[in-house]
Amino acid sequence: MINLLGELGRRALAFFERLGRGHLLLLALLWRQPALLPRFGLVIQQVYSVGVLSLLIILVSGLFVGMVLGLQGYNILVDFGAEESLGTVVSLTLIRELGPVVTALLFAGRAGSALTAEVGLMKATEQLSGMEMMAVDPIKRVLAPRFLAGVISMPLLAAIFSAVGILGGYMVGVGLLGVDEGAYWSQMQASVEFHEDVLNGIIKSVVFGVVATWIAVFEGFDAVPTSEGVSRATTRTVVHTSLAVLGLDFILTALMFGE
Amino acid sequence: MANPRILEIWVGVFVAAGLAALFMLTMRVSNLSGVLDDGGYLLTARFENIAGLKERSPVTMAGVNIGRVTKIGFDPRTYQAIVTMRINTRFDNLPRDTSAAILTAGLLGEKYIGMEPGGSDEVLRNGDEIELTQSSLVLEQLIGQFLFSKAAGDNP
Repeated sequence: MINLLGELGRRALAFFERLGRGHLLLLALLWRQPALLPRFGLVIQQVYSVGVLSLLIILVSGLFVGMVLGLQGYNILVDFGAEESLGTVVSLTLIRELGPVVTALLFAGRAGSALTAEVGLMKATEQLSGMEMMAVDPIKRVLAPRFLAGVISMPLLAAIFSAVGILGGYMVGVGLLGVDEGAYWSQMQASVEFHEDVLNGIIKSVVFGVVATWIAVFEGFDAVPTSEGVSRATTRTVVHTSLAVLGLDFILTALMFGE
Repeated sequence: MANPRILEIWVGVFVAAGLAALFMLTMRVSNLSGVLDDGGYLLTARFENIAGLKERSPVTMAGVNIGRVTKIGFDPRTYQAIVTMRINTRFDNLPRDTSAAILTAGLLGEKYIGMEPGGSDEVLRNGDEIELTQSSLVLEQLIGQFLFSKAAGDNP
């Protein structure tokens, strides 16, 4: 019994220690952002590997998600004779929810896991300790540019996802199912608000960008420096990011759109 | 890692694509025109019943969108609904005796406010109240009235 309680306490302490280390790292990352300005080349390099290389999967998924939304939305709306509202359905779904959320999930799988593996391997091969020996701050040199690159890339990726998705819905709805082209765009414009919908979607994706990159970088930095530890950290990145994104999405939606 | 020059070009393409997507979302998908001239001026109107009207519902005149409903309140003294709407600055010559009615787009569509211009020479200004209003039609009441008049007609 005492052993059991001891185990429980040990686990709880370990959990909160990790949580504390994570938040300290986030503070350290934010604190070091201004120092990045004179060396923006580092960030550009990371935007390439985090953002540009994620572009293909975002474009393809966005297109298909939009096309499926067009197809399903049409089948439901046509029962009510309201297929003209297809543009509204597709655009609101994408801009408010699917754009930021699916982008963040794909980002966790495509870029977050790569970030964790990279940083974790750097730690396992003692490159990070090597930097410290040379009086180079690894948080400043390695983690901060990756963090900023993720935060920059996520809203851009989400916007591309939504835009491509709306075009996919247009292709299926107008091209394949024969919804009126003018109605598709005008109904969309009549019901999508810049402040309410577009801006809130961007805010969501910025929040997801911070959370997803933070988790990825932290898991890598905190990984047990063995090959098994790195593989575990990579798995945890994807799982934790997905859970955090979905949970946060509910909270943000309740704050933004709940009356 | 690729040649830094090519890498920079790719990042440039990515950022440009992202900004283009944002631009499309703001200009093509939502109508930013409503945000740019947020200036507008406010009018209020009292209705007996606004059933179905919501904030952000459109305000139209002759079928043209001229503004939006910004706030819906309730007057506890008269038990009436007070609707505040923001009218685009471009439409600043609505006559003083303009009337407002709550109409429905289509049979089951959303509610909107339709304005009918009056003949007065004076125009409505910021904060003015529209005196002539017509409430929203509630389907159940309409059917009730119809049945009542039908029944009354059958037994004179």
